[in-house]
Amino acid sequence: MKFGVVTFPGSNCDQDLIYVLQTILQCETVNLWHKSHDLESCDLIFLPGGFSYGDYLRTGAIARFSPIMQEIIAFANQGGYVMGICNGFQILCEAGLLPGVLIRNQNMQFICENTYIKVVNSNTFITRNVQKSVLKIPIAHAEGNYYCSDETLKKLQDNEQILFQYCDAGGNITEDSNPNGSLFSIAGITNEKKNVFGMMPHPERAADKWLFNVDGLQLFYSILNQTVNV
Amino acid sequence: MVFNPLTTEETAKKLGLLEEEFQKICNILGRVPNFTELSVYSVMWSEHCSYKNSIVWLKQLPKKGKRVLAGAGEENAGLMDIGDGLAVCFKIESHNHPSAVEPFQGAATGVGGIHRDIFTMGARPIATLNSLRFGNLNHPRTQFLLKGVVSGISHYGNCFGVPTVGGEIDFDECYQSNPLVNVMSVGIVKKGETVSAIALGVGNPVFIVGAATGKDGIHGATFASEDLSVKSSEKLPSIQIGDPFYEKLLLEATLECIRTGAVVGMQDMGAAGIACSTSEMSAKGKVGMDLWLEKVPMRQSDMQPFELLLSESQERMLIVAEKEKVDIVKAVFEKWDLPCEQIGVVTDSKKIRYFFYDELVGEIPAESLVLGGGAPVYYRDFQEPQYFQEIQKFNLKKVPQPKHLKEATEFLLQLPSIASKRWVTRQYDSMVGVATVTTNLAADAAIVHIKGTQKSIAMTTDCNSRYVYANPKIGCALAVAEAARNLVCTGAHPLGITNCLNFGNPYNPEVYFQFKEAILGMKEACEMFDLPVTGGNVSFYNQSPEAAVYPTPTIGMVGLIEKPQNITSIAFQNEKDTIFLIGKIVEDLGCSAYLYHYHNVRYSPAPYLNLTEELLLQKAIIELIEQRIINSAHDVSDGGLIITLMESAFAGKKGFHVKNFSKIREDAFWFGESGGRVVVTATKDKENELIHHLNLLKINFKPLGVVTNKEIIVNDENWGTFEDFQNLYENAIPKILNS
Repeated sequence: MKFGVVTFPGSNCDQDLIYVLQTILQCETVNLWHKSHDLESCDLIFLPGGFSYGDYLRTGAIARFSPIMQEIIAFANQGGYVMGICNGFQILCEAGLLPGVLIRNQNMQFICENTYIKVVNSNTFITRNVQKSVLKIPIAHAEGNYYCSDETLKKLQDNEQILFQYCDAGGNITEDSNPNGSLFSIAGITNEKKNVFGMMPHPERAADKWLFNVDGLQLFYSILNQTVNV
Repeated sequence: MVFNPLTTEETAKKLGLLEEEFQKICNILGRVPNFTELSVYSVMWSEHCSYKNSIVWLKQLPKKGKRVLAGAGEENAGLMDIGDGLAVCFKIESHNHPSAVEPFQGAATGVGGIHRDIFTMGARPIATLNSLRFGNLNHPRTQFLLKGVVSGISHYGNCFGVPTVGGEIDFDECYQSNPLVNVMSVGIVKKGETVSAIALGVGNPVFIVGAATGKDGIHGATFASEDLSVKSSEKLPSIQIGDPFYEKLLLEATLECIRTGAVVGMQDMGAAGIACSTSEMSAKGKVGMDLWLEKVPMRQSDMQPFELLLSESQERMLIVAEKEKVDIVKAVFEKWDLPCEQIGVVTDSKKIRYFFYDELVGEIPAESLVLGGGAPVYYRDFQEPQYFQEIQKFNLKKVPQPKHLKEATEFLLQLPSIASKRWVTRQYDSMVGVATVTTNLAADAAIVHIKGTQKSIAMTTDCNSRYVYANPKIGCALAVAEAARNLVCTGAHPLGITNCLNFGNPYNPEVYFQFKEAILGMKEACEMFDLPVTGGNVSFYNQSPEAAVYPTPTIGMVGLIEKPQNITSIAFQNEKDTIFLIGKIVEDLGCSAYLYHYHNVRYSPAPYLNLTEELLLQKAIIELIEQRIINSAHDVSDGGLIITLMESAFAGKKGFHVKNFSKIREDAFWFGESGGRVVVTATKDKENELIHHLNLLKINFKPLGVVTNKEIIVNDENWGTFEDFQNLYENAIPKILNS
């Protein structure tokens, strides 16, 4: 499997993802420049975290018009795999590839901390081989408060598009375990066809044994269709 | 119309220069300077750029060491060899005055400025720390400043994409109207791929890259060299506005440009803007420059030459490139959509000639502007402060013991200076870069993995200004000792120091006494620990009409952890592990948080420090760690032994059962802050090895008790669980800020 990681001006988790994919997982990975129109035959395109275009106007609002995004939208519409993490998730929502929006955190502050997320649908491309029901994965964002209409939420539920919900270490979904005020504690979703994925937590920040937490690797192993014992 | 009249002594005074300095400038030039020239001198000879009132003392600090690649005063930041073909680059800098007036932008541009010092040398920043000081947290102004500074750091650092991994925050009334904002950046660079802040090669082009130049921050360096007053808020235009997105682009473009090999030298635009970078680079290369100021990309149309030279607009760099490789440089900046304009050329005149639309508006010998060249050097008068007499009157016997140790402990745990700073730190992205080891491991210093190696860098900032106020020499030596002790407790070997010297007005002999004594204390400690000082920053004039701040020489220190197995946590690891207190027990409550806050005793001597014992203790801790004898290590500092135990308990989600085994006063045993002590834990089967090692080194130590499941038992009295105390510790600051 060949991975592509896009760098927009202001992306700052692009090299982190490349480090995890290339150095830790030893996968073929290319860095895609935002001005390019060539997806270089990648099987999965990652939109990384960061502050594309300085978050000016609205998070993800400008990146959505980058030259490479036009190719990515077409690629996703043809069933290609695309995954957005943090700012990448915000860009996918702005691009209309995922439903809903990400608004300011309820406390109006940037929040960086470990969160626990419950795997709601373990039958997708990125969750199929997850061995734990609760993963410890950090968040780092000021606009991660997921919101959508009741109608959209119902669709997400009916069609099993909710990937992750914030929870406590024991897997309980409570008000206290919701760090940013997200509707229904949503931490990650997929589209109807289940080939586009977005999540606010950063699995690449929980993928190196140096950091004493490798829960995030389980998602990467799912993508590689590998199982690892934890 | 170009504004460039001839100047007088009166003009010089208005620009913050002394009469004698004006005369000196006339002598250098052999004529009366015009306004452009005098403006350049006024910023270059300001305290901020010239260190004129501090350099004679700073020169006494040790700066040599076998790992030093760039020492103090040589480059924009210190550079030290860490093996594997890599070097660590680090520096700390203050942004106090801007933050006092406009906390958000003041702090934000402080972050931006220090990072530029690192990447202008070709290093990629991997971490930042900040050392912050505010007044009483219950005061609305303090809350405004704290919130502003924290969101400024969060805004800039998070977007720039370098993790904020550590630092310190202290609250004391002496900082009420003059907060301190010190930011440290640490970067990594391959040896041999660094860039120097030098101009070389007659005919080589001089480029300005990055943001356009505006009228913001003009005379910022002069502003930083005055006392703060009510009028300071009228200086709003002296404060720069930062754009972290632009800085991120500048970082990537700059490092990419360096890799092309087209760069001869580079310097960031910080204090005193183009005036500073052009003169320092020229003086270093013993060359001159012709500058065409109208070519500088401008934010507004009506800018005068002096404004272009002095502007401190952020996110700009000056690059001298190989003349044959101009296209390569331009292509890189075009890729990143950043302006890159040639504004001049290197000459052999040793003079900087400023042109504005072909008109020569100024001509100054580069050497005459810079530190070590023509910039003035002053010896200032000093005098032992009056308040020392109050300190001598202190009598420990007159201090009553607390009714209950538990109650005093709860009081200390909730002091904003001691309580959990999570309200602040969770607003910083501490994890970007996927190398922050301390994300999931609590340690005495921040630890960042150096990817591609087995090594990591531990880093800390430390200074307890109560100690320095009481005795500047001992207090500053204690700051060095504590910083080193913190690094050692993580498993690191300390490498070197950068310092941020925050003091009051240097023309006040008592303030100057504090300054020179602190330097002497730092020198003594650095020589004992064999630690070079690789640079830093002096911030004088930290005072309001009422008084100067406590002298605050912040020590930034980096250390090297050779192997991942050596990384050591403060957290209690296993129930039943034995807790040892290593180091000398002294009946000493001097300057403790307990004495200061619980008893309101403002004048007491600095805590006990013996540098020989301290060095031996630190050697012992490193040995115990590298021999895998201990499971945790945490130094005793602010709040004393009981706070050390509590922090290790919280981090390990365990309790402890301990007892005062000494004959000293109960409060001195639990709350005293004398130096040279560390709490460690070891499993039963390692105890003999530990005892053997420490006996060989002739180090004082005693078993203090054991780690428990969750109960906290002190002197055989059950105080409840660690969770009860942790709740107080975690909620103290949010409770004040949300009330």
